[in-house]
Amino acid sequence: MSDSIFRGLILLLILAGLLTAWLRHADTGMPFLPGEQASTWIVEAKVDFVADGPVMLSLNIPDNPPAFRVLSEQTASPGYGFSIVEQDGRRRGEWSVRSAHGPQTLYYKVHVVPDRDMVDSSPLPPATGRDVFWEEPEATAARQLIASARARSSTPESLAREIIRELTSSDPSQNATLLLANRQRVTLIELLLTDAGIPARISMGLLLQDARRNQSLTPVIEIFTGDRWLAFDPATGRQGTPDNLLLWHRGDRFLTDLVGGSGTHVSFSMIRRAMSLEGLASASAGADRFRLLSIHQLPIEQQSVFKLLLLFPIAALVTVFMRILIGLRTSGTFMPILIAFAFLQTSLLPGLTSFLTIVGIGLLLRSYLSHLNLLLVARIATIIVIVIFLIAAMSLIGYHLGFSAGMTIAFFPIVIIAWTIERMSILWEEEGPREVFIQGTGSIIVAIAAFVLMRNPVVGHLSFNFPELNLVVIALIMLIGKYTGYRLLELRRFRAMEEQAP
Amino acid sequence: MRGWSNPARLKALGVMGMNCRNIEFVSRYNDRRLYPLVDDKLKTKLLAHDHGLATPALRSVIRRQHEIRQLGQRLEGLDGFAIKPARGSGGKGILVVSGRRGDRFVKASGKEVTIDDLGRHMSNVIAGLHSLAGTPDVAIIEDLIRLDPHFDGYSHEGIPDIRIIVFRGYPVMAMLRLATHASDGKANLHQGAVGVGLDMATGDGIHAVHFGHRIHTHPDTGMALDRIVTPYWRTLLTLAARCYEMTGLGYIGADIVLDRDRGPALLELNARPGLSIQVANGSGLLPRLRHIEALTQTRSPEQRADYSMGVFASRGTRQDAGELSAGRAGDTRKSVG
Repeated sequence: MSDSIFRGLILLLILAGLLTAWLRHADTGMPFLPGEQASTWIVEAKVDFVADGPVMLSLNIPDNPPAFRVLSEQTASPGYGFSIVEQDGRRRGEWSVRSAHGPQTLYYKVHVVPDRDMVDSSPLPPATGRDVFWEEPEATAARQLIASARARSSTPESLAREIIRELTSSDPSQNATLLLANRQRVTLIELLLTDAGIPARISMGLLLQDARRNQSLTPVIEIFTGDRWLAFDPATGRQGTPDNLLLWHRGDRFLTDLVGGSGTHVSFSMIRRAMSLEGLASASAGADRFRLLSIHQLPIEQQSVFKLLLLFPIAALVTVFMRILIGLRTSGTFMPILIAFAFLQTSLLPGLTSFLTIVGIGLLLRSYLSHLNLLLVARIATIIVIVIFLIAAMSLIGYHLGFSAGMTIAFFPIVIIAWTIERMSILWEEEGPREVFIQGTGSIIVAIAAFVLMRNPVVGHLSFNFPELNLVVIALIMLIGKYTGYRLLELRRFRAMEEQAP
Repeated sequence: MRGWSNPARLKALGVMGMNCRNIEFVSRYNDRRLYPLVDDKLKTKLLAHDHGLATPALRSVIRRQHEIRQLGQRLEGLDGFAIKPARGSGGKGILVVSGRRGDRFVKASGKEVTIDDLGRHMSNVIAGLHSLAGTPDVAIIEDLIRLDPHFDGYSHEGIPDIRIIVFRGYPVMAMLRLATHASDGKANLHQGAVGVGLDMATGDGIHAVHFGHRIHTHPDTGMALDRIVTPYWRTLLTLAARCYEMTGLGYIGADIVLDRDRGPALLELNARPGLSIQVANGSGLLPRLRHIEALTQTRSPEQRADYSMGVFASRGTRQDAGELSAGRAGDTRKSVG
């Protein structure tokens, strides 16, 4: 009776897991196997200002930047309302709050992936018919500079190049020197181009470099020719943008626009992240039914936490398998998994060596502690402190010897190690070193097996992108939980039984 | 001998594995609520006293550190006694004093200790040094068990004890555990004690193992193990059977000792008894457990002991035993009934 319910439940879990995974696969095109990794960028704009009263702040945000694809956008701005508006054909993020005072910080985060195929899909119409007014003697200088540049060029592109070259030359002409005396080079280039009858604008781009903070935008000159905007580097005259330049803000609007505050300062930080192409597929998938069920929707920090957490079920399955089907004895039921997680950070061999060293030295010191006759809690606390000292010492030694592994041992779960030492030490006193060896080996075998599985790219890919597959894992764990047959090691334990059987 | 046994052979022999014990017997027949009754020796002892079951006489209980100062008074008039942690397991923290010499105490090993040594030991016990989870414990002082002459020469230090598996009140399998030099006076098989499987009908030794291998003589004393005889066998089985009514636990291991003067006494109970009793007996538990599982009639403890003596007898009834292991429980009931 309850047995059939149990079987039904197991079947239901397995079916639900597999079906959801298959549906997700069909809907989002997320493949079941991991493939190539592409590098993506997460760029964060931080806007600082001092607020006074009702605040309305708008920030220019990337709108189909050429050569990049936007995967997702997020904002963090406690208390503020946020909306994205299209204004004069430009995308702006608008924050508003009824009342705010004092220093404020707003964040806008965008996740982009370089994509050469992404062209400027919706170029803005050029501002036409704009007149430029020069005062003498600038007017003459400008006229002469344009004329000489025009003489050396045939197309708007080459004219733009020539003008920029004139203004950036190491040996500038008199006209250039005169014009540069009163104006910034970038604005000047734009003015001269406009004066020459070429629609031009200043855009702001961000050079993407891994793990940079407090970056600012660099200006880019864009001219409109035929049907599209072409970018020029105002410092070199080179046409086109570098691969790692993200055009953030295009056209002449201000980057930010603040009402109800002062002292706006925008700074950018960015980080590079490798991501599988399939992940990109799903992250950029539209409003499908799995959007809500996807971990990719979470903020970056939480995603990385879940990436680890979702590996836990498979590690738990390993423990269950090893203990119930194999019959390995471990020190503490799930201690091996935590050790395996630490190995993920340190990598296997350095992790294993430092773990064994710490536990070994810890056991030696613990044996001295047992002479002191301390109460349990005090004893464990002492061991925790000792473990911390050991880890610090090993990190220092590792650092001086030039091993970076030394630094990562800090990932070991200190309290767990302290308990392991305590338990092993009691085991040693009560059951002898043989039992310590058995349980220690068992723990390490389980930890290594869990580590190998968790490191497997397929496992990592499936657990993160198809979290529903963990239902299957639960079903397997429950199934093993009902296993009443022999454990593998019991076949050895009971070998004497056959000796005497007829 | 091969290093591994064939699971199909083990199954045919009716050997019970750990998973099977946990799922089909321990968790099915033992209410977790009742575990504290057996995990605490003092509770077991008091309960046994209420039910009129013989246990080594309780002389004193020391619950707090300051009571240790009165240890001298408490031990007055006691010659031989044992100090035990109530929640220790596997014989940990047990200190046996076999007599006095002047104002010093003589331990079972012959070593002399002072009353301060005893006090320090008790302090450790109360602090939880020997208890399972390291939690504070109490120390109990009980009468010393005197070796029954039947077991003379069979044990190296320590008193042999008899482990009986009691399933739904029926004693199903028994073994005598003899401490050896290798086990350092302890009675656990994996620590090197000798396990002697006992005939359920008579209490005679039928099969013995040491470190997983069959032996015929005691490794230290050389005494022939298959000639061992357990006296008061029926009383002993009845005592074990009565533990079922006493605790309400369906699957327990009862540890019983034989005192020279007072006969069988219940030492402690275990709600998760180990599996090595099968190795000591050279036969599996499952056929016997299935047989009991199929019984419906209610019997008194004495009747259950008699029933087990009749059904699970080994000598001369080998054929029955074979039938038991081969056939299903339902069939055997017919053949037995």
